[in-house]
Amino acid sequence: MSVTLLKTHPLMPNGQVGRDVPRLESMAKVTGREDYTHNLRLPGMLHAKIVRSTVAHGRILSIHTEEAAAVPGVHSVVTCADIRTIIPEPYFGPAFHDQPILADGKVRYVGEAVCVVLSHDPHIADAAAQLVLVDYEELPAVYDEVEAATSNVYVHETLKPAGTFPDLKHLEGKRDTNVALDYRLIRGDAEAAFAQAAHVFEHDFTTQQVMHTPFEPMISVGEPTSTGLTIYTASQSPSFVRIEMARLLKWPENRIRVKTSHLGGGFGAKLYIKLEALAAALALYTGRPVRVALTMEEQFYTITKHATTFRIKSGVDTDGKVIARRCDVWWNGGAYADIGPRVTQKSGFTAAGPYDIDNVYLESVAVYTNRPPAGALRGFGIPQLVWAYESHTDLIARGIGMDPVEFRRKNILRDGRPHATGTVMKDAAIPEVLERTAERIGWDKAFDRGTGTIRRGRGIAIGFKASISPTTSVAIVNVSADGSVTLYSSTVDMGQGSDTAMAQIVAEVLNVPTEGVCVVRPDTDVTPYDMATLGSRSTFHMGNAVRLAAEDAKKKLDDLAAELGLPERSNIPVDQLFKKRYGMQAGNVIGIGSFIPTYKSPDHDTGLSDNVTPFWMIGATAVEIEVDTETGHVTVTRMVNVCDVGTPLNPKVVETQISGAAVMQYGFTMSEKMELDAGQVTNASLADYKIPSILDIPPLMESEAVVATQHSGPFGAKGVGESATFGVSPAIANAIEDAVGVRITSLPITPEAVYRAMRAAANQPLEDF
Amino acid sequence: MADLSTISFTLNGRPVTARIAPHHTVVEVLQNEFGLFGARESCGQGLCGCCTVRVDGDPVSGCLFLAAFLEGTRVDTVESLARGGVPSVVQQAFIEAGAFQCGFCTPGFIMMTERLLEEHPDPDEDLIRHYLSGNLCRCGTYPEIVAAVQLAARRKSEARLDKAS
Repeated sequence: MSVTLLKTHPLMPNGQVGRDVPRLESMAKVTGREDYTHNLRLPGMLHAKIVRSTVAHGRILSIHTEEAAAVPGVHSVVTCADIRTIIPEPYFGPAFHDQPILADGKVRYVGEAVCVVLSHDPHIADAAAQLVLVDYEELPAVYDEVEAATSNVYVHETLKPAGTFPDLKHLEGKRDTNVALDYRLIRGDAEAAFAQAAHVFEHDFTTQQVMHTPFEPMISVGEPTSTGLTIYTASQSPSFVRIEMARLLKWPENRIRVKTSHLGGGFGAKLYIKLEALAAALALYTGRPVRVALTMEEQFYTITKHATTFRIKSGVDTDGKVIARRCDVWWNGGAYADIGPRVTQKSGFTAAGPYDIDNVYLESVAVYTNRPPAGALRGFGIPQLVWAYESHTDLIARGIGMDPVEFRRKNILRDGRPHATGTVMKDAAIPEVLERTAERIGWDKAFDRGTGTIRRGRGIAIGFKASISPTTSVAIVNVSADGSVTLYSSTVDMGQGSDTAMAQIVAEVLNVPTEGVCVVRPDTDVTPYDMATLGSRSTFHMGNAVRLAAEDAKKKLDDLAAELGLPERSNIPVDQLFKKRYGMQAGNVIGIGSFIPTYKSPDHDTGLSDNVTPFWMIGATAVEIEVDTETGHVTVTRMVNVCDVGTPLNPKVVETQISGAAVMQYGFTMSEKMELDAGQVTNASLADYKIPSILDIPPLMESEAVVATQHSGPFGAKGVGESATFGVSPAIANAIEDAVGVRITSLPITPEAVYRAMRAAANQPLEDF
Repeated sequence: MADLSTISFTLNGRPVTARIAPHHTVVEVLQNEFGLFGARESCGQGLCGCCTVRVDGDPVSGCLFLAAFLEGTRVDTVESLARGGVPSVVQQAFIEAGAFQCGFCTPGFIMMTERLLEEHPDPDEDLIRHYLSGNLCRCGTYPEIVAAVQLAARRKSEARLDKAS
């Protein structure tokens, strides 16, 4: 197994940015001393066990809590009526205020939180929760995203947009619909171009519902305080939690303190607001600290990744140029919108792919269903789209008899050319990523295609992503009187290495060793606002804010030196500077940085914008595979992942992010799928829901960041955490067709699916069962 | 709930006692009685390896293994490995190879690697992958974990040679 990153990336002058600094918290992580929120114990703390809905859609007729409440050691059993005594309007969510803290007269999916049993002993709470009986009047349910878009089974009576996003306002109060966002993009005249095309191709692709499975299961602890409330939470968005809780409680923000530790994984599961509102309400209701901690199983009932259906149609001219594309994408948002409408729009507008196409018509719709809610998961919808458009791209190339790489090369979107939205591409190394991927896998070289029952194939795929925008990051850099430096930022390190990368930026600007920079964990009483740690936005947004803060501190130190009459570039040690100024070891220099990029929201009618994203992320994958024609089993023997991450701040961490993202997407490609039976997840455990193990991953994995610069990024850098997810699934499907001539159009690619496709292709289809 | 009883065992080299209920797991006792959080529950089914500790030398899943069975045993956790702030060879190799991201599964992988290298001082890649297949890393840091194990094996072997000469 090997991972290699070309060591061609520059080291900055002060030797901090561009260096392979091991994660600052390395010792804590290898010694088991990392202080996850999971570890928190507070005096008098109660444990909450959630009683969950057993039906997919129904009215709650009654909740029988008496027997549970009578169990010795049970503190109380709490329902929505009790929550209302603390929060009269107990509905939360980032895009829609549609999710009740506990079910409010109705349930909309199996696993929805209905009531809570509290005890000082989690085992007592757990046992008593089994004694709560809930009577339902079952209602018809709808699960499929395409069906739900026009079904007369409605998940919500009326739509309740949060008011944060202008493109959702027109949905306020809308009834008799499951569509939570309808984004449309119109560029040129696709219908007219289809009529002129030499070839027209149309395909349908689907992806399955999957789950993040962060290994530190989701946890929030609420604690009443003399001034208000503290929430300790494994959250990727502490600033959002505070603002949303302030809205729910009708309190000023400063009465709510939200603290996070390092997270045991996030991947989008721990975004916006999840368990925090419940933990806060329970703490205020009981007057005691309350710990709401999920099991691995319960995470499957909390947040997932959208299942999708994508119908894609392309018109190609006689030279192999794509002249028209139509995309229709349905996003299965489950019972609560969470951030699904943003996924639908922000990713939706890239659904035509990284290609230069003059005529595009695109519709992307977020749909409510009676499934567990879907939100953000590493890639924010992009992997679902790339799955379809890169499988489709391969099918077109084969259909017109052109080499798949050559076909992509001919149509690829280059800097200086407008993307479908009208935004002119800049600092997007799409052609370079494609070329390096093809070169590394040896696309032009001879390839052993296997013999007998083992057939070999190769596949390639490339995708891109816009950054969510407009979003704000604020950072503070504090230089103490001894010259030591502390960074205050609300970026959450969930394993991606952001603490280390941000410290490297501070250290590069101030010319101090990274290892000596202290990074304060997010704490809304202490660290300034940050929109959230999501969508690979932190390196760019917070990185810029941190750089500005460090430069501000540096300027203030220079000003101080000037004030003291020291010559420019006198290089006097910082501690001497403070001593001269204050007569002793005293004082601080505080640098502040605030960053928000420019942005223009897409036009409501056409979906067009000439400034739709501050930067683009690009990722491509190439694979070599073997298919066992007797079993349908696919073995990926080699995987190459190439990304444009701008200029890496920390090449080693970048390399690990690239391979880690690819491994995660490999699971979503080959094995992971939430199985549902009447809305009930039937494999909500790692025993039955198979994530990749060390035995499953390709024996050869190679990572590369192309030489590139994001000119608006800190030291040329931009986001990296998601880019290697883009190409994995279609590259494997394309390789399967290359090996055995069958096309898989649904994920995951199980041996059964491949075997069935091969039998069908041989006119000997297997019977369904 | 059930009555408490007292158990005695050796924890990271020191004799200890704990008051436990019959249903308490090793992870609960380590966390709640001894403030040791290196072994931690994730899947809750003994499948992910995040809760790995060693009982009389054998790795066990601390989220399933009942504390009552610890009576009279020797228990070693990840916290026993670093001495005086100096990481073990395996821990140091994990740091240098960048063999973790979020770190939640890391103590389990390190405990299994310690045992692997005791049994097989010079493992090939195939053996490493099979030996560690009971531990999962959702961050997908597997290539770096293999590199870390290989680095640790090499360092340990060099140390043995130095000792011999």
